Amino acid sequence: MSKQKFSGAHLVLKALEDQGVDVLFGYPGGAVLPLYDELFKQNRIRHVLVRHEQAAVHAAEGYARSTGKVGCVLVTSGPGATNAVTGLTDALMDSIPIVCFTGQVPTSLIGSDAFQEADTIGITRACTKHNYLVKDVRDLPRIIHEAFYVARSGRPGPVVIDIPKDVALALGSYTAPPRDIPSAQHKTYRPRTVPDMAAVRMAVDLMAEAERPLFYTGGGVINAGPEASELLRELVELTGFPITSTLMGLGAYPAAGRAWLGMVGMHGLYEANLAMHDCDVMINIGARFDDRVTGRLDAFSPGSQKIHVDIDPSQINKNVLVDVPVVGDCAETLRLMIEEWNSRPRRRDTGALKAWWAKIEEWRERDCLGFEQRGATIKPQQAVQRLYELTKRSNAIVTTEVGQHQMWAAQFYRFQEPNKWLTSGGLGTMGYGLPAAIGAQIAHPDALVIDIAGEASILMNIQELSTAVQHRAPVKVFILNNQYMGMVRQWQELMHGGRYSQSYSEALPDFVKLAEAFGCTGLRVSDPAKLDETIGKMMATDGPVIVDVHVDPTENCFPMIPSGKPHNEMMLSATDEGFANVTAEGRALV
Amino acid sequence: MRKNRTRARKPAATPRPPQMRAESPAVAAPPRLATLDVHRHVISVLVDNEAGVLARVIGMVAARGYNIESLTVAEVDPARNLSRINILTAGTRRIIEQIKAQLGRLIPVHEVRDLTEEGPSVARELALVKVAGTGDKRNEALRIGDIFRSNVVDSTVESFVFEIVGNSQKIDAFIDLMRPLGLLEISRTGIAAIARGTGGLRPHA
Repeated sequence: MSKQKFSGAHLVLKALEDQGVDVLFGYPGGAVLPLYDELFKQNRIRHVLVRHEQAAVHAAEGYARSTGKVGCVLVTSGPGATNAVTGLTDALMDSIPIVCFTGQVPTSLIGSDAFQEADTIGITRACTKHNYLVKDVRDLPRIIHEAFYVARSGRPGPVVIDIPKDVALALGSYTAPPRDIPSAQHKTYRPRTVPDMAAVRMAVDLMAEAERPLFYTGGGVINAGPEASELLRELVELTGFPITSTLMGLGAYPAAGRAWLGMVGMHGLYEANLAMHDCDVMINIGARFDDRVTGRLDAFSPGSQKIHVDIDPSQINKNVLVDVPVVGDCAETLRLMIEEWNSRPRRRDTGALKAWWAKIEEWRERDCLGFEQRGATIKPQQAVQRLYELTKRSNAIVTTEVGQHQMWAAQFYRFQEPNKWLTSGGLGTMGYGLPAAIGAQIAHPDALVIDIAGEASILMNIQELSTAVQHRAPVKVFILNNQYMGMVRQWQELMHGGRYSQSYSEALPDFVKLAEAFGCTGLRVSDPAKLDETIGKMMATDGPVIVDVHVDPTENCFPMIPSGKPHNEMMLSATDEGFANVTAEGRALV
Repeated sequence: MRKNRTRARKPAATPRPPQMRAESPAVAAPPRLATLDVHRHVISVLVDNEAGVLARVIGMVAARGYNIESLTVAEVDPARNLSRINILTAGTRRIIEQIKAQLGRLIPVHEVRDLTEEGPSVARELALVKVAGTGDKRNEALRIGDIFRSNVVDSTVESFVFEIVGNSQKIDAFIDLMRPLGLLEISRTGIAAIARGTGGLRPHA
């Protein structure tokens, strides 16, 4: 065996190559200079220089979410690491596989409050799935391979590897990754992927007897790979059950599919929320009963028996007590559910299911997303709807920032495939969309990548336009500019007596000039009649484009389940009296 | 005062059934977990003895707001680099299940066992108790120390340090009795616990 010695920095690059990494998103600094020196000497791994470390992580998330691979980040010690914290927390909340290398001051200086020293391991312990401080170069290759295994296995998540500068310079020998680390080989971390067959049978028992069944699926299906989405479609087709999804799960089942009810939750569709409330068997696949979905917990789907498929046992019975827990990978579980379903005699009586569908059709007739496009102002819903119609044949990847525009994107952009929808669901990070779009674009150079943004959110990471230009990532930023932090304004209107405290976007930049200043193209539209033409121009323009779409500043996002309310007390408009009687307890919720 | 020194706190009545059994009805889980009764549980965790593992456990517990009454940690297998953490916690069934699940998802954790739930177990704690006094009080302190079969590990003309081992209630009782007799200072270890019989915590093969 060759025991050739390499520097720690070189070992990192060797390990990355063996892990199949082709792109690193990062920003250099003193403590990572040895790593950047090694990067300079090779051309197999591409480095995408961001303009802020938070954006490096979001870009890696965009890369990971759109490819299914692990996203990689390289940042320096101290501020480099602390800037990455928001991105890491975002990835943890949304279960995105990330490996983030942070530089650290040399081991001899750790604990001395050295220049650009931060307790990265301590700070990121709470916002990573796991983290490592590498104190000895001999451990480096093993730790890197293990980190990739941890990041992508079980419930995916971010992993930090903190490398002191002296370790990056020290000499050590390389160990290749174990050819395949089946989970049984890791010392301690062995997530269960194949579910207990008895649990699957019990789940199918419930499904077979259900009169008002409903699939409620989440980001876990996306994380389980495209195959899981295929299997989900097959199972929905076989059973004929209606299906709704969380924000994170959009695209696993096509919006054009006949069983699709639309998104569930606080800004979910009327029919989806009422179906959640009234179903008798809920089949949760890869979702976590998040508070955005459940609304008031003690009134959440009171009459249903609940099946919960999740790869992370700690999600079972966390927020909602379930009747049939199934711990396993979504794809594996769906495959077994299909087998089990097919092994049984065909259901004789489909009357109940027909009646359930009839009820759902009644709810659908409310047309809860209805809006009126009139006058000289563009409605934000209209903007997203037209964007969808004009880009749907381009198989676009869509990212968002956070707020009203995000919800309108989820409601009106109809996702037909998994891995095309990248949004910050759990953490709700304004500033996510642009760097995530760049990450997705780097992974898919020929794809149409659109960041549906708000004028407030986009300013949180606007510096990344520079990254987009440098790396020739022709992302399209579609700003729904209503001159407000719209969701904050909406809550202030509906629940704080219209006192718009600090939510007006004062002193906005001229987005067209801003785009031009960065070397991008800037477009502006405020006339509804010119909307289609502008979107067409956006698509036809090479390179990054900002479209500043001036929309109705007072439009609210509906339906809405006010905080502390159950699904069946959804509001469809601001005049709904439900907002007047939000309890003090509800007001305290976010 | 308890005479029977060999028995630990009364164990939970029956071992916990596995999470899913074919013969149990589908609706078995929620009512069991829905109870709001708060019970104390001893949870033992076998972990890789690596830097920061205790911080991971404590950080998780603090971040999620669980209640911990005592926590002990020490290396138990130097050859395999394993430490054992014993946690005494109190909560509803649902919270206890959450704590165990959250512990189980920490990467360096080999095994999580609920000693209270899984069958008979023994739990012991050591305390050093400093009592200062003269005359009758001093004699009485020594007498009680004797009754509790504690050892005097330090003595001056005005003070004793008692070393006492037992279950936590016994130590509580001892401390209460010493209070009027010049109790100065207490140092307790928190509990070490282990299952009775041949079963126990094992690292993954």
